[in-house]
Amino acid sequence: MSAEPISIYREHYLNVSYGVRSWLFTKDHKRIALLFLASITLFFFLGGAFAVLIRLELLTPQGDLVQAETYNKLFTMHGIIMVFFFLIPSIPAVLGNFLVPMMIGARDLAFPRLNLLSWYIYTIGGLFTLGAIVSGGVDTGWTFYTPYSSVYSNTHVIATAVGIFITGFSSILTGLNFIVTIHKMRAPGLTWFRLPLFIWSNYATALIMVLGTPVIAITLLLVGIERAFGIGIFDPRLGGDPLLFQHLFWFYSHPAVYIMILPGMGVVSELVTCFSRKRIFGYHFVAFASLAIAVLGFLVWGHHMFVSGQSPYAGMIFSLLSFMVAIPSAVKVFNWTATLYKGSISYDAPMLYALGFIGLFTMGGLTGLFLATLAVDVHVTDTYFVVAHFHYIMVGGMVMAYLGGIHFWWPKISGRLYPEGWARFAALVVFVGFNLTFFPQFVLGYLGMPRRYHAYPPEFQVLNVMSTAGASILAVGYVLPMAYLIWSIRYGKRASDNPWDATGLEWQTPSPPPTENFEETPVVTWEAYDYGSKEKVKEPQVA
Amino acid sequence: MPDHSIALAHQFDDIEQQHESAALGMWIFLATEVMFFGGMFLGYAVYRGVYHAAYAQASRHLDVLLGGINTAVLLCSSLTMALAVHAAQLGGRRTVVLFLLATMLLGSVFLGIKGLEYYHKYEERLIPGSHFEFSGPNTNHAQIFFSFYFVMTGMHALHMIVGIGIMLVMTMLTWRGNFSAEYYFPIEMSGLYWHFVDIVWVFLFPLLYLVDRS
Repeated sequence: MSAEPISIYREHYLNVSYGVRSWLFTKDHKRIALLFLASITLFFFLGGAFAVLIRLELLTPQGDLVQAETYNKLFTMHGIIMVFFFLIPSIPAVLGNFLVPMMIGARDLAFPRLNLLSWYIYTIGGLFTLGAIVSGGVDTGWTFYTPYSSVYSNTHVIATAVGIFITGFSSILTGLNFIVTIHKMRAPGLTWFRLPLFIWSNYATALIMVLGTPVIAITLLLVGIERAFGIGIFDPRLGGDPLLFQHLFWFYSHPAVYIMILPGMGVVSELVTCFSRKRIFGYHFVAFASLAIAVLGFLVWGHHMFVSGQSPYAGMIFSLLSFMVAIPSAVKVFNWTATLYKGSISYDAPMLYALGFIGLFTMGGLTGLFLATLAVDVHVTDTYFVVAHFHYIMVGGMVMAYLGGIHFWWPKISGRLYPEGWARFAALVVFVGFNLTFFPQFVLGYLGMPRRYHAYPPEFQVLNVMSTAGASILAVGYVLPMAYLIWSIRYGKRASDNPWDATGLEWQTPSPPPTENFEETPVVTWEAYDYGSKEKVKEPQVA
Repeated sequence: MPDHSIALAHQFDDIEQQHESAALGMWIFLATEVMFFGGMFLGYAVYRGVYHAAYAQASRHLDVLLGGINTAVLLCSSLTMALAVHAAQLGGRRTVVLFLLATMLLGSVFLGIKGLEYYHKYEERLIPGSHFEFSGPNTNHAQIFFSFYFVMTGMHALHMIVGIGIMLVMTMLTWRGNFSAEYYFPIEMSGLYWHFVDIVWVFLFPLLYLVDRS
């Protein structure tokens, strides 16, 4: 802990200037991270509102709350908002933006103006999509399958597609910035294998963002052109091939699934080590597992198309490759578990989220293997089993990690401590609510309940009621942190520089950090996660 | 002579690091561009395999002469761009501006000829959509060919327009004396972009105009 008394006034990135302009024209990565935090929180609760309506409709077997058409729009907009406007930017654009330069001892990202531009692009794309929602919504599912999306749907496909197209450039710019920053701006002595694993996982994520996103951009562009001009690239009536769309779409959207989990894995590596006071078990394996997931992730898109009529040989290869993704994922889970072994574990709120992540991600991952198995997939395709599987990864995994990370770095971000008791309680509520929401969906799917219908046979009602009850608990679990984190900005106890006694460079600057992050560029002479070594160099040496 | 402490952005330690970062960033951006155009090339290639006859027939409606002239024009513009970067490395000002203007001129000539070609296609009713007319049994499949023709050359032309815009800014900055033999890499980065756009055309021209023509 820092021995210095906390001074009455110290200039930091939050109080260096005031007013709307100082935020809208900022080039400080920390402020841009907070702009993203505000925007994606807005979209999270909007997407959540759609989820609430979906769960309310499914409380009863009859389609009584909304019409079938309205229901189609509800799950489409839930999916689009959560995937493109919350999950993909969540950890990279908020925590990554804030932490990548700090963790590597840099003053800012390599391209601060592009970073700000990225937020503006995100906002413009979001406004387009919001406009489409307000003017009547879209009903194609978040997957935009052709020819329904390009010919038959009577909803606002083009406006939504334009919104996603624009937002894509936001994640390209974030990815580009991360790659260049991590390559070129590490502090002296900070070699690749001394980097925190959060950096490795964000680097892997950035690779996917940079190489995958342009493909969804051109795909949606082609859908838009087909819809506007009636040409037949994906329309089988005119000789087009709808499967080509699915290939192009999933070539991005499957790797995008790893954009939605890799950064979470990075956060969990930070949390598990800090709260068990141990070095990560098998650093190199965890680091390379991130890259392996990114690379393999580009080779498995066909497992979304097992029942589409693609060649069975392609199906077998995609099945095999999908199994292989389980290897690096399992390496990570085993290594986190091994890190816990004989550690001095403390169950602070971030750690509760991290442990929740490990369990839920494992379940999501294992059920993913069921789905990668050709024969099983034929039975559970388009059922709630799939819905439960990817919610275990995206919500049980990524959102847990995101909340864990927000709690962990909150003292650094805001300079205040959050109320620990409330935070632990909220983490528990989220865990219970999540499982009650989605575990019944595994059973429902296995029993044959298809996804994307607003009505269902009465024998499924009990499980659906459980799921809806769980969703309302989950909602409480999400509103709580929002409430007490905002409360803590004003009333929370002031945080010291390193309240967790963690080892990362980001903890060696004041909380909240000054605009330039470090008064002196730190020189790194130690490995990452240097917990336990008594003579650890606490004070950064002067360059 | 400009002051280099002004050119050096605050997040970098020295101009060297800034230069390397800009170059890496540009190459990564070009990689995203490759993936962007790659999606279109994939679609083109898939249908070329499936509708081989229609593609061969449709590609004969493209004007090889104008396309060939345009290829030459664009290759020349890459030369003038390379000369501009070279001149910038040597710290020249008038020569840089001269070569940038030449590049922009050649780029505009390319766009003009491209527009002429588009107009001919309009006259021949080869623009995909409700007015599309194509004699023969393969009308729909030929329409797919022309869809890719217009989307690919259209995206390429859009990139050229952006490139000319960038060059306009670079010309103004050079004229105002913002660059020197030590700090010239914005021009180098614009050059990389321009060469990329040029290379896309080097692939587009044979694929669209030449293959299966004989």
